Amino acid sequence: MDDFRQGLAEALRLLASGERDVWGVVLLSLRVSLSATLVSLTIGVPVGATLALSRFPGRALLVGLVHTGMGLPPVSVGLFVSLLLWRNGPLGDLRLLYTPTAMVVAQAVIAAPIVAGLTHAAVQALDPRLRLQLLALGASRVQMTWWLLREARLPLIAAIVAGFGAVISEVGAAMMVGGNIVGETRVLTTATVLEVGRGNYDVAVALTIVLLALTYSVNMALTVLQQRQRRP
Amino acid sequence: MILATTTSTQDSGLLDVLVPMFEEQSAYEVKPIAVGSGAALELGERGEADIVLAHSPAAEERFMAAGFGTRREVVMFNDFVIVGPEDDPAGIATVPSAADAFRAIAKTQAPFVSRGDDSGTHALERSLWETAGVDPAGSWYQESGTGMGDTLGIANERRAYTVSDRGTFLAQRDRLDLRVLSEGDRALLNVYHAITVNPDNGRRVNVDGGTAFLAFLLSPEAQGAIAEFGVDRFGEPLFTPCAGNVCAVDSATPTASPAASPAP
Repeated sequence: MDDFRQGLAEALRLLASGERDVWGVVLLSLRVSLSATLVSLTIGVPVGATLALSRFPGRALLVGLVHTGMGLPPVSVGLFVSLLLWRNGPLGDLRLLYTPTAMVVAQAVIAAPIVAGLTHAAVQALDPRLRLQLLALGASRVQMTWWLLREARLPLIAAIVAGFGAVISEVGAAMMVGGNIVGETRVLTTATVLEVGRGNYDVAVALTIVLLALTYSVNMALTVLQQRQRRP
Repeated sequence: MILATTTSTQDSGLLDVLVPMFEEQSAYEVKPIAVGSGAALELGERGEADIVLAHSPAAEERFMAAGFGTRREVVMFNDFVIVGPEDDPAGIATVPSAADAFRAIAKTQAPFVSRGDDSGTHALERSLWETAGVDPAGSWYQESGTGMGDTLGIANERRAYTVSDRGTFLAQRDRLDLRVLSEGDRALLNVYHAITVNPDNGRRVNVDGGTAFLAFLLSPEAQGAIAEFGVDRFGEPLFTPCAGNVCAVDSATPTASPAASPAP
């Protein structure tokens, strides 16, 4: 328990002194993971809603694929994104490897299936009569989808929470495509790995505490949003 | 400019000193990627790095022979140490050479933790087994597959022997019950070379950036910073600068004379 107490003290000291560029690392973690979550929403919500609302051959196979994607190992995603972004790789012209943008791309790939899978479940769980009613009221397909998503907002916010949680906590992809470069691509998880490798356990515990506090703040904001909109 | 390097230069904190110095005096922005020496050379071979800083001489010589590098220069050295539990169950503290120490460990089947990750340290360890004439296998020989810091932690928990570069061991000795039991053998020299990557390896190798960083590493400023690095924290330097192989640690150089003092 001493390690934890020391870590807590070290966390407060780091945040107060701003040593090791800890605020820069915190802000980058937040920026990368929030951007990745946003990108994953713009992909995952339409895909999830479409899978829930349309009927076409092979749909079950696609749903199964999305569900598999919900458990994609971050290190595998990091590896594939690296292979694509390498200077001599297919997308080498973009010069993105070892940049925060590459980290956003990899994390969006990790979060998108989670958002899609949970959106699919949320929309499919709605009462089918609601859909018929909306169509009967003359809603266009886009309007109908919009209202259904509104109706499913509680589980949809849970999807955002799950997507964000998956990416803020992952280290494999961030390390591989970011490179853990100080001042550029070092985020809380990769900094923690580095400090463990250096044997600086107090700093590693401190960074973990900061990461948990950050995740809690973001999730509190989402929870407030979720609960505030809840009307009887 | 991408620098592919071994983890010990990052974990020790040396890069945090050298990279900002270089960036201040040049127009290049350095992206240091810290991986094992094997992986660093692989990145160079694929043209995914512009300069490689490694400590795996045999692999580096193969790299050069295959034409993947243009220039290879000694930058600095320190030494490896064989560490183990204080009571030294295999009795390696009293044998003359590192190979004898390895033979003693194998003979008593005392637990040994290997990096197992194709790093420079792992390559050195395998060459020592070869010199000792032992093919390490059995439940006493374990592969950690992790970096030096984690491997030292595992050896500590299991009361096992392992090989570490002196810098990483010094940086972590406060939390370890392990002791340096065998040191000073010339076979334990740990020489770091910088290699500029051949532009033929890939379309986008930054030749100028790599060449500039190599020149910087060999410059008096950088060599001076290497000589001072670690003195404030450990009371002794972690690396000995050796640009131009003035300390004659490079075995590939035929003019090498016995080093005055290989151990820093």
